[in-house]
Amino acid sequence: MTDKVLEDAIIIRQEEIATDVYSMWLRTEQIADLAQPGQFVALYCEDGSRLLPRPISICEIDRTDHAIRLVYRVAGKGTAEFSGYHTGAQLRVVGPLGNGYPKKSKKALLLGGGIGVPPILQLAKELDCEKQIVLGYRDERFLEEDFRAQGNVYIATEDGSYGTQGNVLDAIRENGLDAEIIYACGPMPMLRAVKTYAAEHGMECWISLEERMACGIGACLGCVCKSTKKDAHTHVNNKRICTEGPVFRAEEVDI
Amino acid sequence: MNTSVNIAGVTFKNPILTASGTFGSGQEYAQFVDLNKLGGVVTKGVANVPWEGNPTPRVAEVYGGMLNAIGLQNPGIDVFVERDIPFLAKYDTRVIVNVCGRSEADYVEVVERLADQPVDLLEINISCPNVKEGGIVFGQDPKAAAAITKAVKAVAKQPVVMKLSPNVTDIAYMAQAVEAAGADAVSLINTLTGMKIDVNKRKFVLANKTGGMSGPAIHPIAVRMVYQVAQAVQIPIIGMGGVMNAEDAIELMLAGATAVSVGTANFANPKVTEEIVDGIREYMAAQEVEDICDLIGAVQ
Repeated sequence: MTDKVLEDAIIIRQEEIATDVYSMWLRTEQIADLAQPGQFVALYCEDGSRLLPRPISICEIDRTDHAIRLVYRVAGKGTAEFSGYHTGAQLRVVGPLGNGYPKKSKKALLLGGGIGVPPILQLAKELDCEKQIVLGYRDERFLEEDFRAQGNVYIATEDGSYGTQGNVLDAIRENGLDAEIIYACGPMPMLRAVKTYAAEHGMECWISLEERMACGIGACLGCVCKSTKKDAHTHVNNKRICTEGPVFRAEEVDI
Repeated sequence: MNTSVNIAGVTFKNPILTASGTFGSGQEYAQFVDLNKLGGVVTKGVANVPWEGNPTPRVAEVYGGMLNAIGLQNPGIDVFVERDIPFLAKYDTRVIVNVCGRSEADYVEVVERLADQPVDLLEINISCPNVKEGGIVFGQDPKAAAAITKAVKAVAKQPVVMKLSPNVTDIAYMAQAVEAAGADAVSLINTLTGMKIDVNKRKFVLANKTGGMSGPAIHPIAVRMVYQVAQAVQIPIIGMGGVMNAEDAIELMLAGATAVSVGTANFANPKVTEEIVDGIREYMAAQEVEDICDLIGAVQ
């Protein structure tokens, strides 16, 4: 079990970087020092009518400044509450949670789709090997410049307004990209397609899943996914996304 | 100041327990809470064999609460006895094991396996709203509830607490039925059956369609039901339902509960159980209450 802590973190700055997509830097006591790329935190609302913490992936880690960056989409009342906070505000947060991406020295493809783009930024920064980054958006792009500083970036947009028209796999094919390992985060249809693509091409593949969560720490069994082998907790075929995940080797999970 | 309470001959250092299903077997929360400070840990329901539980989504937030339809995913009694009980035995806290089953024989099998284990109380779950067989079927029929109680009592080596459902017309009648069948205590309330629909997708939010509602929105219902049951039976009551803080816990005690379980609040604040234990002491000091037992059923 990874070390996780409950803290009052302080918002260093927050801005809207695309329509309904916010970037928030939080100064933490310990979370930034413990965090790894691909892990997430759980943010608690101030409004007592909203009990459950919101799981949000870590986008960047600044260990010098003990800060983490969260880039999230406003999807409901909880994230709307967070988006209204200004510099200096305090937020209760538990983290880091779950297991991140393994960092391997293999020629890598980093794939992010939609709000699955942010979680692979810190991985892109920390992977010290040949890497190609493919980002897929519906239309509006965000974090593009942050990624361009980390390697070759290829873009796909669903509406064809920029880069390859289609999804990340269309961009991989159009640009003739190849790798030994894939790291991916994005919506389930994308992850299913990526898993199949990796299997067909004999590539190692790691994917990050999401599910509605309650506790966020592995106790409530709310956020399980089907696993191909029996899980450590219950000895059935359910892995806890918050604890055994959110990053899984693609073959481990039945998606 | 005395904060200890007694249920069926078992002494608890304080009345604060964890509600089954919200706290696992304590391992996950031990990183946030000193389990030694709790009156007891009530474990997640365990059956005779592993249960996979329901499809996802299993949880949904609602205003002032949440719905869950986990479906009693559990590793079965073998893993539980090997892994979870030894973990809890390291702590100076009482261990209450929640037992679930699909048939009378399932419950009996689990209870028999627990006979020689370091377990203080058994909580028999006849009220889970999220499983088709067992669970709620026994909890909504007084004859079935009494039959399970008798069967379990016949083999149990620890005192037996029957966990009651609020999804009945008269919970006091259910409590009387299990008391007459030999139950040593009752615990209430389990969750209230609810439903949430995504209006944009026009779909059920939970894969199970219905789920058990918990959280502060149901607390007044728990207070009322604990009070009604306290008027109807002589056996002790473990009260639960939307307890978020010490004040909520004391409310249930004043209504008639001897101990109080804290559930959904753990999700909103993983340290909450310890904070409630401290809060009760502060309340007692401020109100000049020497013995916490003076609060039980003391509403006027």
